[in-house]
Amino acid sequence: MSSNTVFKARHAMGRRVVGQALVAHDGFSARYDLNRLQGVFSRPAHKLVGQSYVNRVLVLDTAKGGVATAWMLHEMRSRHMAPVAIVFNTVNTILAQGAALGDVTMLAGFDGDITAQIAHGAMVEIDPEAMTIRLLDADEIESTAELAPGTQRVHGPARSASA
Amino acid sequence: MHAQVLQRGVAPPDQPRRAVPPGSGAMTLNDEEKAMLAGEAGTVARTAIEHQIKVGNFFGARDFVPVTQAHIMADTESLGQAGVVWLEKLADAREGGVRIPTITDPRGTDFSKASMLGQADWMLELEQRAIGAFKRLGVSMTDTCINYQTVLAATRGEHVAFGDTGVVIYSNSVGGARSNFEGGPSALAAGLTGRTPRYGYHLDAQRQATLRIRLDWTPRELNDWGALGGVIGRLAGNYWAVPVVEGLDRAPTSDELKHFGAAMASFGSTALFHLVGITPEAQRLSDVGGDKLPVAHRIGESDIVALRQSYAVDDAIDVVVFSAPQLSIYELRELAAMCKGRRFKRPLLAVTSPQVKPDCDRFGYTEAIEDAGGSVLSGMCFYQSYAREMSEAKGWKRLATNSAKLVNILGGYGYVPMLASMRSCVEAAETGVLR
Repeated sequence: MSSNTVFKARHAMGRRVVGQALVAHDGFSARYDLNRLQGVFSRPAHKLVGQSYVNRVLVLDTAKGGVATAWMLHEMRSRHMAPVAIVFNTVNTILAQGAALGDVTMLAGFDGDITAQIAHGAMVEIDPEAMTIRLLDADEIESTAELAPGTQRVHGPARSASA
Repeated sequence: MHAQVLQRGVAPPDQPRRAVPPGSGAMTLNDEEKAMLAGEAGTVARTAIEHQIKVGNFFGARDFVPVTQAHIMADTESLGQAGVVWLEKLADAREGGVRIPTITDPRGTDFSKASMLGQADWMLELEQRAIGAFKRLGVSMTDTCINYQTVLAATRGEHVAFGDTGVVIYSNSVGGARSNFEGGPSALAAGLTGRTPRYGYHLDAQRQATLRIRLDWTPRELNDWGALGGVIGRLAGNYWAVPVVEGLDRAPTSDELKHFGAAMASFGSTALFHLVGITPEAQRLSDVGGDKLPVAHRIGESDIVALRQSYAVDDAIDVVVFSAPQLSIYELRELAAMCKGRRFKRPLLAVTSPQVKPDCDRFGYTEAIEDAGGSVLSGMCFYQSYAREMSEAKGWKRLATNSAKLVNILGGYGYVPMLASMRSCVEAAETGVLR
């Protein structure tokens, strides 16, 4: 049985993925906010400071800052140190361009504040074709059997995580 | 809960006026673009237009718009090995390269000063590889983030594909040009195809004001212009917000607007602002729809002081940096005058463009700054030059600058950046203490 808790975006690109959400009502720039060598948020004032973003689904308020992220997502992915997907209330052009080059799944633009509706640590499925992010039920987290063919499962609770 | 899809370009009725970009959709291509996509213009053009279509579809662009110039941000700290390899693959195809004038943002080093910056050989080698690839693609290595002061300012209504957020916000707002933030891959793609997807700030509707701000105070120092831009950027909050600002008591200079815009873009991801009676699209408040907006915020000197104070966490400093954006010849003139008769205890770095540096040398400004113990660097920008590695190699942590943009960026690189006037920064270089 799948969850009915689904949120629809206005913008979408990339592949269908499942992962654990890292949620904050804060901005995002790969240049400003990350230690990309260690794979953690490093800006002291960021609400996710110290937390690893690698293979997580970032659920954040808005894209911030400069143009460097357009290259950086591609570079981070080449070292397997990238988030698997990024979900924004409001995206800017740079993050979308970076997602396009870096093959990072992206959703943006919701009716409500998506950071208030997805719990930090929740397992979610993102379907760019349907332009949705869906909360997974406990039984779905335990089993990958219900995931659609081709879905990349990248991160989850330790006892059930599988690549 | 299952949220509803909004009608394209229309904000929800219960929210403040907000320019919402249209939802994702499929672009319409003309015959030339279809041929590019089919590979008839080569693999490089096909790679470029595929990338552009992916982005254009994401933002619901209906078609492409021709552009006259492209400006590429591509320092190798951002590119990494993967980005350089990607560039080399395009360059090695030897298919002719860019179709329109295409220039570059600052590089990751000043090769003549790399050892002083503590940069490693691998960084320089990666930079050289990137430069080689860009040259083979026909890109002009201008290495500047102030091309609107030094190379060719874009004009009102001119569609361009500019990288560096400071370049975009200045060109859009002060010049009246039309550009989105184009990251390196997208700006290069625009150079290679001569066009960019028509969305965002290429559209009339997106350029109307969404946020009305009234000023009760006009800054005098460049750091305060930057701080004002930072305050407005934070209030604007996202890329699609367009502030219209009233209440300046005079027309700002190009350098003042440079710091103002660069900080606004940095703090807020803002790409366009209007100053009533000053910038070209807002001769009257009503020209940009500002008369239909309530005054959302009033900003006074205390707001600027508060932003500055929020970074003032230490008296001692390790290094002084003037960069982000690169300095104009007038800023260097002012700095040189302040350096005369001083002897610095701390390194002082002043970063400018390769176009300005020869004049800085000819006019004696470089000599004045370097006689005091400072350094004038060219063709780079501090935060784009492996800032974290420089910090570790040189022991630079507590940094004083007059650039609000720089203080906003460097926290994530492990610095303790502090914002002060140019004079206070120069005095800090002399005494080691920022007052």
